Amino acid sequence: MGGVRTAGDLVLRMQIAEKMKIDEAKAYVAEKLGVTLEELHDVVTMTDKREALRIGLTHVEPCAEENNGMAAKVRIAEVLGIKINSVERFKERAGLK
Amino acid sequence: MKDEQKKFMSRMGDGSIVYMTEEEIRADIEAGVQDAVVRGKIDPLTEEEKEHLYTIVTMPGSIVGVEPGKQIVMTNDSGAYKINIKSQIPVVKETEVLIYERVLGCDSVDVGNSDYNYKTVKGVAKREASALKQALNMSTMPLFYGAMTNLGFYTKPDGPVDNWAVLLPEGKIKEALVAQEEAVEHAVRDIVYCAEQMYEAGADGFQLDTSGAAGDADFLAALKATEVISEKFPGMGVELGMAGEFVLGMHGKLKYDDTRLAGLYPHKQVKLVEKAGASIFGAVVNTNCNMTFPWNIARVCTFIKACTDVAEIPVHANVGMGVCGVPMVEMMPSDMISRADKALVEIGKVDGF
Repeated sequence: MGGVRTAGDLVLRMQIAEKMKIDEAKAYVAEKLGVTLEELHDVVTMTDKREALRIGLTHVEPCAEENNGMAAKVRIAEVLGIKINSVERFKERAGLK
Repeated sequence: MKDEQKKFMSRMGDGSIVYMTEEEIRADIEAGVQDAVVRGKIDPLTEEEKEHLYTIVTMPGSIVGVEPGKQIVMTNDSGAYKINIKSQIPVVKETEVLIYERVLGCDSVDVGNSDYNYKTVKGVAKREASALKQALNMSTMPLFYGAMTNLGFYTKPDGPVDNWAVLLPEGKIKEALVAQEEAVEHAVRDIVYCAEQMYEAGADGFQLDTSGAAGDADFLAALKATEVISEKFPGMGVELGMAGEFVLGMHGKLKYDDTRLAGLYPHKQVKLVEKAGASIFGAVVNTNCNMTFPWNIARVCTFIKACTDVAEIPVHANVGMGVCGVPMVEMMPSDMISRADKALVEIGKVDGF
């Protein structure tokens, strides 16, 4: 689906976490992000959406607001309403839980 | 003088180019479907699906794509070493992960050891987990840890049990069965140990690749390991991918959930994988090198559609070298692989690759 260029990483997270089939996973993510299914596949729409939500992009103009990696995943877990193992284990190691 | 029929460029299963008439393509699609129906005891593709497949096989374009909105996600069973090991570009695997994410736009990748099996990984599991942890800190997309069950590695002289491939031709049937059963226990123990290290590092998913490569005992080990991992580490989904379309009966009597494993095709395999607790099933249908792409992809779509019809978890079709319609070559021809992909999405109804 294009990974962090669109919403491929998010859709796949729903397959891994909730065993959702592709259509259900796409519908779930689209609803959580407040976009249509068509927009979910669109790199232009999703770049704006991901930038606004600070949930990671393929490339950005470097700036303080740029977000990816663990910081982005903390936000992804919140947006999708799921627990992400890498985030949970990171919080444990950082003494945040 | 008879008009010369238009011919369409296609390929054999070994990748070599062939030119085929409409009549030849349609005949091979029909034969491919029937082969799957007979072997798998499954329903054929509908006339409409066969017509759509003919359109995909013959449509113009060196690369074809799915209809907008039908894009699907991808997982990997490559160990994130296609760039540094296969392409000889000297980057560490943590960097390779970021290339997959931010240059190639992948939906995920699996980190793994270049000796891609859990028996080898066990000895360096904490170091592997450390590399995975660094990659997880820097990357946004889901990361799996991946390797093969590879039951054959548990045989002497490198492993602890007698080699059933040696015992069987000697007529030592009971000894061969016992050796496989012992190997299953060793493999499950190693896989679960590795899974624990990767879970603690934060793996989003755990990949059991090429399951069943050494036969039904190999598949049983993957199922048993999946069951334990799903129960002990619920935050880390398991993807169980197959080695081939048909589980070889090297043992022949092994069962999981009261179902004999030998002889199972994808539509039966997926139900056991679900039962074991996996999040994703990686389905395989073999490519026949001596047959054409239309024959192979028709057969593939028939098997895969039967699998996705009954699956309650996502099915990711394996579309690497020599499986699911992809020719048996190291360097992939994008003309046929893109046609295989389109057919698998639009006819096979897969949830991912």
